Amino acid sequence: KRESETRTVRSNLLLPEPEVEKPRRGPLASNRLKTTKYTALSFLPKNLFEQFHRLANVYFVFIALLNFVPAVNAFQPELALAPVLFILAVTAIKDLWEDYSRYRSDNEINHMECLVYCRNEKKYVNRFWKEVEVGDFVQLRCNEIIPADILLLSSSDPDGLCHIETANLDGETNLKQRQVVRRFLELDSEFDPLKFTSVIECEKPNNDLSRFRGYIVHKSGKKDGLYKENLLLRGCTVRNTEEVTGIVIYAGHETKALLNNNGPRYKRSKLERQMNIDVLWCVLILIAMCLFSAIGHGLWVWQYNEKKPVFDVPGFDGNYLSPVLAAVYLFLTMIIVFQVLIPISLYVSIEIVKVCQVFFIHQDKDLYDEETDSQLQCRALNITEDLGQIQYIFSDKTGTLTENKMVFRRCTVSGVEYSHDANARRLAMYQEADSEEEETPAKGGIVSQRDSISSHQSMKVVHRSLSTKSHRRTGSRAEAKRASILSKHTAFSSPMEKDITPDSNLLEKVNECARSLEFMRSHEQSLSQLTPELSDIFDFFIGLTICNTVVVTSPDQPRQKVRVRFELKSPVKTIEDFIRRFTPSRLTSGSNSSSSSSLSTSKSMHRLGSNSLSTTSTESTLLKLEEKFAHSAQMNNNGYSSQQGRKAIGIRPEERELRYEAESPDEAALVYAARAYNCALVGRLSDQVSVELPHLGTLTFELLHTLGFDSIRKRMSVVVRHPLTDEINVYTKGADSVIMDLLLPCSSDDPRGKHQKKIQSKTQNYLNLYAIDGLRTLCIAKRVLSKEEYACWLKSHLEAESSIENREELLFQSALRIETNLHLLGATGIEDRLQDGVPETIANLRKAGLQIWVLTGDKQETAINIAYACKLLDHDEEIITLNAESLETSAALLDQCLQYIETKFSNSTIDKSVGTMTVGFGPLSPPSSSLHSTLGLVIDGKTLAYALDKTLEDKFLSLARRCRSVLCCRSTPLQKSMVVKLVRNKLKAMTLAIGDGANDVSMIQVADVGVGISGPEGMQAVMASDFAIPQFQHLEKLLLVHGHWCYSRLANMVLYFFYKNAMFVALLLWYQFYCGFSGSSMIDQWYLIFFNLLFSSLPQMITGVLDKDIPADVLIAVPQLYRSGQKMEEYQPHMFWMNMIDALYQSLVCFFIPYFTYYDSDVDIFSWGTPITTIALFTIILHLAIETKTWTLFHWSSCIFSILLFFIVALVYNVSCPICYPPSNPYWTMEKLMGEPMFYLTCLISPVTALLPRFLYRTLQGTVFPTQLQLGRQLTRLPPETRSQNLDRNCSKVCNQNPTSQPFQHGNEPAFPTNTRAEHTTGLSVMASPPGALLCGENKHSSVANSEVQSPRIPHNTSEMESISVGEMFPWNSTIDQSGFSLLNWITSTPLFIRFGRVLQLSPSPLQNELAFGRSGHSF
Amino acid sequence: MKNKNSQKAEERPSRCPDNSAFKQQRLPAWKPKLTAPTVLSSFFVIGLFCLLVGICLILSARSVKEIQINYSDTCRDCSKLREDSSNWDKECNCSAHFTLQENVTGDVFLYYRLENFYQNHRRYVLSRSDAQLLGQDVNIQNSYCAPFSTYSNGTPMAPCGAIANSMFNDTIHLSYYINSSTAIQVPLLKSGNSWWSDKNVKFRNPSSYNLSSAFAGTARPPYWQKPVYLLDEEDERNNGYINDDFVIWMRVSAFPTFRNVYRRLSPTKQFADGLPAGNYTFHIAYNFPVTKFKGKKQVLLSTITWSGGSNLFLGIAYTVSGAVTVLAGFIITAIHLKFRTKKTYFQRQNPSR
Repeated sequence: KRESETRTVRSNLLLPEPEVEKPRRGPLASNRLKTTKYTALSFLPKNLFEQFHRLANVYFVFIALLNFVPAVNAFQPELALAPVLFILAVTAIKDLWEDYSRYRSDNEINHMECLVYCRNEKKYVNRFWKEVEVGDFVQLRCNEIIPADILLLSSSDPDGLCHIETANLDGETNLKQRQVVRRFLELDSEFDPLKFTSVIECEKPNNDLSRFRGYIVHKSGKKDGLYKENLLLRGCTVRNTEEVTGIVIYAGHETKALLNNNGPRYKRSKLERQMNIDVLWCVLILIAMCLFSAIGHGLWVWQYNEKKPVFDVPGFDGNYLSPVLAAVYLFLTMIIVFQVLIPISLYVSIEIVKVCQVFFIHQDKDLYDEETDSQLQCRALNITEDLGQIQYIFSDKTGTLTENKMVFRRCTVSGVEYSHDANARRLAMYQEADSEEEETPAKGGIVSQRDSISSHQSMKVVHRSLSTKSHRRTGSRAEAKRASILSKHTAFSSPMEKDITPDSNLLEKVNECARSLEFMRSHEQSLSQLTPELSDIFDFFIGLTICNTVVVTSPDQPRQKVRVRFELKSPVKTIEDFIRRFTPSRLTSGSNSSSSSSLSTSKSMHRLGSNSLSTTSTESTLLKLEEKFAHSAQMNNNGYSSQQGRKAIGIRPEERELRYEAESPDEAALVYAARAYNCALVGRLSDQVSVELPHLGTLTFELLHTLGFDSIRKRMSVVVRHPLTDEINVYTKGADSVIMDLLLPCSSDDPRGKHQKKIQSKTQNYLNLYAIDGLRTLCIAKRVLSKEEYACWLKSHLEAESSIENREELLFQSALRIETNLHLLGATGIEDRLQDGVPETIANLRKAGLQIWVLTGDKQETAINIAYACKLLDHDEEIITLNAESLETSAALLDQCLQYIETKFSNSTIDKSVGTMTVGFGPLSPPSSSLHSTLGLVIDGKTLAYALDKTLEDKFLSLARRCRSVLCCRSTPLQKSMVVKLVRNKLKAMTLAIGDGANDVSMIQVADVGVGISGPEGMQAVMASDFAIPQFQHLEKLLLVHGHWCYSRLANMVLYFFYKNAMFVALLLWYQFYCGFSGSSMIDQWYLIFFNLLFSSLPQMITGVLDKDIPADVLIAVPQLYRSGQKMEEYQPHMFWMNMIDALYQSLVCFFIPYFTYYDSDVDIFSWGTPITTIALFTIILHLAIETKTWTLFHWSSCIFSILLFFIVALVYNVSCPICYPPSNPYWTMEKLMGEPMFYLTCLISPVTALLPRFLYRTLQGTVFPTQLQLGRQLTRLPPETRSQNLDRNCSKVCNQNPTSQPFQHGNEPAFPTNTRAEHTTGLSVMASPPGALLCGENKHSSVANSEVQSPRIPHNTSEMESISVGEMFPWNSTIDQSGFSLLNWITSTPLFIRFGRVLQLSPSPLQNELAFGRSGHSF
Repeated sequence: MKNKNSQKAEERPSRCPDNSAFKQQRLPAWKPKLTAPTVLSSFFVIGLFCLLVGICLILSARSVKEIQINYSDTCRDCSKLREDSSNWDKECNCSAHFTLQENVTGDVFLYYRLENFYQNHRRYVLSRSDAQLLGQDVNIQNSYCAPFSTYSNGTPMAPCGAIANSMFNDTIHLSYYINSSTAIQVPLLKSGNSWWSDKNVKFRNPSSYNLSSAFAGTARPPYWQKPVYLLDEEDERNNGYINDDFVIWMRVSAFPTFRNVYRRLSPTKQFADGLPAGNYTFHIAYNFPVTKFKGKKQVLLSTITWSGGSNLFLGIAYTVSGAVTVLAGFIITAIHLKFRTKKTYFQRQNPSR
């Protein structure tokens, strides 16, 4: 059974007969990429099979086949197939085209070349990618793209390292290190594939990019573990490494990259769901119509009973049908005749329209981000209109609201705060520069770096042409990234992040520390003599510098990493040199037994670990360890003096420009910060870190272990051997909440412990302050391990490392064991700057009626402060904080909060009736009136977990609904998705989740619309999203403009479709009354079948793609217009029926005007039917014309084209052949008709009469009670200045008013109720008004509501002044008079409006308020 | 689309979308505003235009003169006789008198009119073979003609199908009383009443040296009294499939009540200007049974105008629509006026603010 879970890979070169072995190789995929769905042979059956999964297609084929039954056929069977075939063909061609382009790109990739070892030629030869097979040896050069998942066996790098760039895979631009499999590292000779006899056992192919487990069994029977560090993933690029060789483990579709690649997503939009209901209605209508006709026909036949009239044609056998049988047959016939009612082309049209909409969204310049050179990506093609209906936005914080550009702001070391004022000033300067002239700094940066890039580029050129081709598939984003690398080198290193101005105090202390260290070293004193503070500072910076996974590269030598080690191999003896001499590593291996090298130790331990551990082995390890440390201590001491010499000759590394490639921006920020204090990271290898220090020169720390960051531990650690003290140190960096709990408990007895405690509490205070400033805080701590402790831990750790089963779990446990009893060094505050325009975007989105919830993993204080910064929370808002420790307390807390809100509401109503005002204080019972919109809810992860419990979720929701903003802190990815799911399912609301990181993926997937920010945190969020935007602020245009447009266009198009088909089919129904319900149609079958497909489809598609009800600038300026989409105003159930009724009326007109006109004449069936078709076409197109809001050239030409096409087709069809189209014989009909004035006269009056009511309705509605959208449209007609004036005067000023600048006082309150009454009375006298004013009438309402409620926090002013300002601001009477209908609606739909007559004083500081609340929460 | 994009990206480093009016959806556009002032004029223009056309149409339709005689009522005996299909070979003649009070000038057409005859019944409409009617030698066995395609002995029917089978076969003659005793036959034209395209393109006799041989091997439809090549023995060009009466009958009418042109007044001698006032008699050979299906037969004399026949409907429709549109225009004006006063009020308000 185990066999099936693993894969065994052997070298292909060992196989005696490749031919024989081929079949065995069957299950292993070759490296040929095949993303095509079809082959030439399978295309037709497979494509058809797929298409028939769509119910509509089956229906239409069924109807077409029905035509082949002679008894019921309505049309010429072959012709009836035409539309279905057409639709199928269009879809098939689309699929074929897509598949072909996939095939071409596959082909391109398959024919890329790489070096594969050839047995016959005994060297590496060029092969195509597709020829690479599992077990082949592949050699890769720098900048080559990796063709398959390859196990790294050899590298030109002396340390057996290989750097890869995974941008293609996850969008991360930093370089990642990969290591040669350990045993091969020790090979003294060059790697020879022919000698490779080991067998590799590894997992089955899976899509987990961050995991690879397996082991390699050598001929000797020894086993080595394989980890993800050994695997080169397909699609990545080799960087900074001359040459690597490896064996292919997974090829082709089994590679992790391809297993991760799951194409675009298909979702069904809300509109489509609604549409499907109406399609079902159409089916019902169709059945009703058919039944009606069938019964009618039965009766008609029955009335002649035995006297068979000559026009009732008997069946083929000469017998007449019985009435019942005739009715049954007719029922089926009618289904065929009326089939048009179910819009066959609707689905295809919608698909095409959506593709075009997506195209236009793609093309929007405003959604393009210059900085990253990325634009919006639509990954889900069929939910564009959902963007226009969003009600809830769930946003991540880091990287979404903020830039995820981490800037070191300040720090505290051993309880002393260093405020870094200069640094703050510098940042402020950047901000100004940004806003003034965004271009300049970026350009400057590029120019200065141009020289260094040029070489880089020229070397890349060859490979680039290759790589771009392959990128086309994996995502154009990667290319954008690449471009940005070229210009900026690394993702996280804008000048703003790099150039940190050190705090002078701290710098002084660092220098002092370094000096004294130097002194001590030169005098061979113990380092412990350093004062605790200085030693803390020293350790703090060491921690900052080395406790990370930052890779150092240099732009000067783009293809080589900075090899500190080589330089150190200069004649001058260095510490490293000594170390190397005494502890031979793989470079100089072979000469010595491996016992004294730490790495070898770990290896021996590894071996031990895999066997059963015995006590003796442990002892021996200990012994070895001690031996080793003795060695190194000795040489370290020796190294002191030589260090001086090196420094004298050596070049200062700072003079070279070093680039830090970090996995996360925080790391880079910290390393840059440390460098600002001259504590520069100059090199990192897998086993050592070099730090350049002032006075001390380069110190090299032996890196024993790196315990990587994970979100559960929320920290990372490195275990190093300190070169100066020769101690084993653990440096831990992590979230303060975690670190603070792990600190060594210090007794308050001894003074040192007391001091430490003081430092801790001080640091904690500073941390709180940082959080209030919205800084991300990290704590740095240290632990000194005794050798025994280390050895003990090492044993278990190695055991964990070597295990294949649940290795992660064991490593996690192992990390937990070592990260205890820490000594706090200090803490840092990193600023995560807000993205551009976030507050404005949030304000605008909120005005658009969107509820914004922020779900973040950050801690409460930071989250709240960012929320304040981006105006998500208002300082005047009352904040409810929920912090509970158990389910019961959460329940009680929720109850209390709900009750509290209830009290407020009831109080407000009581107040109103009494007419007095109660002012109260107190956290839990402030008797105040309030709109729910003034409440902010903050909930932490723990409480959230309880709140999401089945028993509490309803309460939580009802509370959250009443709050204007909800902030969930410390939430896990799972919780995020649960919150989204809860809102989606319980409130039946349209949700949008936006995020940028892997932790947002689950919530993005759960939401109706998932939006990914293509930020530096990688591609996972983007891969999971439906839309990917470069920045949060783009959400505004995406939703307010494109969302609105897409929704409005599609809604109108769908409605129009239903109308059109119903109208057309009703014409046929009326005719049944005049042909004995026999199912004959006066419209020629050709027209009938192609009417939808050819004649009337183009204009509606053009309108569906291009119609703009309101221009973009107005939509942005008046976000309230978005609400029409939320309320589904453009496509409501009743609208379907209204359209149906209109269709009924229009068809009656279009039928009966020609009917009565030609009544009692010698007109024949098709000479009469053709005018009807023409009339129907005119009516349908003119109907569309009434509904079209913007007429571009495309609209005009499509309408004209449709009409011309109809006439041309009709004329050609009617003249082409007298007998070709049995059973219809339309010869010369159109030609004859066009010679008659009657035809024109009929065609003129019928559409006019048919459309008169709609036209009149639209006119009256537009004049008398215009909708918000119509008002918005009218706004565009005003000249720009007037418009902006109108908007400014009526909206912006009022809407955006700062409550402090526009205070409203209790003095005004009496005025409001009267106003309300006035509205109620005057609201009915519906009058039109200038659009701007009216539109903003609503604004005023809401904003007044807000401002009024917010007002209590403002000190009382003189009320006379107030009333004046109110009078000026709100010409209530006039506005209200005008705003009429819509306003009235609004008022009635907002029951709270009448309640906020009274405003009450709350505790003045929101923070205080919130804290009070939090406390009360705890006190349960 | 995607490919193009990435190609572009190769050409220029920026992937910034084109700033074209089309792609940015900023095409110059006309944005009609459906509010009172903008549409007011169109209401009045359309309304007045419709009124005008309507009045013209009514006037022209009123100039049409029409005489209509329901001879299935008048010839009740014949109707009775024909109800029993066993009497199919018995002749039945019948006459109907009428008096013209004034001269009927212009082109005068003689129509027969059938009521409740569902020529537009679906299977009836289909029951024909256009290929056969085009004179082609086709196997009609499997055509839409069934069951009126062949006799049981295999002889094909010419022409086949239910439409042809049920062809109207009354003969109508019109005589004019110059004085109270002497009647002369009014000269009526048999041909030239059908569509030119039908007569010359859609219908062709099978080619042969004479008609009877052309139709050799075929039989007349069951309801016919004589074979197709004897439809008009006098005129070779109006016989067989291209017989005008037949061609017109084959053009199936749109409604169960319809009229077909039967004859056209030949403008000769005293009938040069049309029918003079006086007494006339229709002499009808009554063959076509209608009472079986509660149908009625009429004979009609009518002139035509540019706008069609005597049907007033279109004129009325125009007039009414026009009137309604104008009325709507007034309503809108009223609303607009009310609205405008408010607006000026507001406009005054605006600058003062």
